[in-house]
Amino acid sequence: MEKEPFFSAKNLKLLTEPLGRSNPVTVLVLGVCSALAVTVKLEPAVAMAVAVTAVIAVSSFIMSLLRSTIPNRIRIIVQLVIVSLMVILVDQVLRAFAYDVSKQLSVFVGLIITNCIVMGRIEAFALGNKPWPSLIDGIGNGLGYGMILVAVSCCRELLGSGTLWGYRVIPSSFYIANGGVYENNGLVILPPMALILLGIIIWVQRSRSKNPAKR
Amino acid sequence: MNKDSNQYIYLYSIALVVAVAAVLSVVATLLKPFQQKNVEVEKKQSILLSVHKAAGVKKAKSKAQHIEDEYAKYITGSYIVSSLGATQEGDAFAVNLEEEAAKPAASRKLPVFICSDDDSTLKYVIPVRGTGLWGPIWGYVALHDDFSTIYGVVFDHQGETPGLGAEISTPEFQRQFAGKQIFDATPMFTSVKVVKGGNTRGRPHEVDAISGGTITSQGLEKMLLDNLSAYLPFFKEQQRMQGAKQRQREREKKEKEEEEERALLQAKQDEAARIARWAAAASAAQALQKDTTGAAPAEKEESKPVEQAENL
Repeated sequence: MEKEPFFSAKNLKLLTEPLGRSNPVTVLVLGVCSALAVTVKLEPAVAMAVAVTAVIAVSSFIMSLLRSTIPNRIRIIVQLVIVSLMVILVDQVLRAFAYDVSKQLSVFVGLIITNCIVMGRIEAFALGNKPWPSLIDGIGNGLGYGMILVAVSCCRELLGSGTLWGYRVIPSSFYIANGGVYENNGLVILPPMALILLGIIIWVQRSRSKNPAKR
Repeated sequence: MNKDSNQYIYLYSIALVVAVAAVLSVVATLLKPFQQKNVEVEKKQSILLSVHKAAGVKKAKSKAQHIEDEYAKYITGSYIVSSLGATQEGDAFAVNLEEEAAKPAASRKLPVFICSDDDSTLKYVIPVRGTGLWGPIWGYVALHDDFSTIYGVVFDHQGETPGLGAEISTPEFQRQFAGKQIFDATPMFTSVKVVKGGNTRGRPHEVDAISGGTITSQGLEKMLLDNLSAYLPFFKEQQRMQGAKQRQREREKKEKEEEEERALLQAKQDEAARIARWAAAASAAQALQKDTTGAAPAEKEESKPVEQAENL
């Protein structure tokens, strides 16, 4: 068996493809629920992106190591057990060493288990590939998911609260309450607007890259 | 062994579950002290924030150490209040509000933390706990020593909607509470209401609600009403004592004033008597002088009108 370098062209492609052409959120339309839930503000969105990336990467790696031993009939259950293990570990470690972040993510850390991207990548990639490419694929998909989260949450925090990362961007003197002409858009804070924003992102990407879903 | 045989599947799943359970329990045991410490530090930080302390925590090298130091410096006492308002010694910090809420109202332990401020006034911190839209909300209300004026509040939540209900944990929302009254002039208990419609300046029992966070706002209002009303006997008792002290002080002040007034009056009377005596003595001397040596230069003025009258 010939040895492949760690960052071969093929492996790098695994990392970059999910950022664009095969983005898990916009192209595969996976993980949409959490993309709607945690994108009201930028900070929790970034924390969520990091947590999801860690969980996908490590559980893809472990599943890939175990792939030849797993009985086919219970493989989904085995995947679930491993993913839950990782999610609980992430949650526990955050609670012990990054308490503020864990408070911000609250219930959504636990809900990483239900993120379709995690199970989707394990089922589609890790079970058929070696551990190292699986790890890279996991990181790539996590980042691709995170990218969309950041894009959506930037729009929502800016238009809905007038801030970015908690810092005021739109000066408070612009607001009607302070004698200005501007008011925050209340709809942007609510989940339906996140879905509309996500739809716009998907539309823009698909119209630019010649329908990657059919490829 | 055949990978698809039942035997293999059983063995595989048992081994997997045992291994995962072992990893999880080891990790949970190892991390528990850190997690508990975090929870404890956070509680102390919340108590300090409600009395406007621990502001420099972001600059501090060790957050936990800074909080512990500040807590030891400012929070000088605590006690547990019964539902009848009697205070008793006890570890107020260890009281779990969630467990207390499940007990019948009469046997609940109500913790109070006492903060000795820099200007040597006392603030009383009352923990509160209630329900928002998605889960529990909680906080601390610091009262001035009149047990009616709010000095500061801090609220937090488990999973309220970010940007909507979660706004209760922002300083902008919490700042509104400072200076509000939980008793009106009667004095009837009014709590603090969370109302729609902007500016609540000049309205001592209301704060502005959060747009889009109606249920959280209502939950917060109910939380304040429920938790603070449990302390009513305690507040009344303390206010009565405060009132008695105040009256005592006023009485003492009044007595002192009266005494001073009496002393002043006495002094005036003495003065008047002295002047009268002096005047009498002077006029006697004058009369004597007139008779013997005629008009002295000082008395010329006085005698002028008489001379003028004579000239006419």
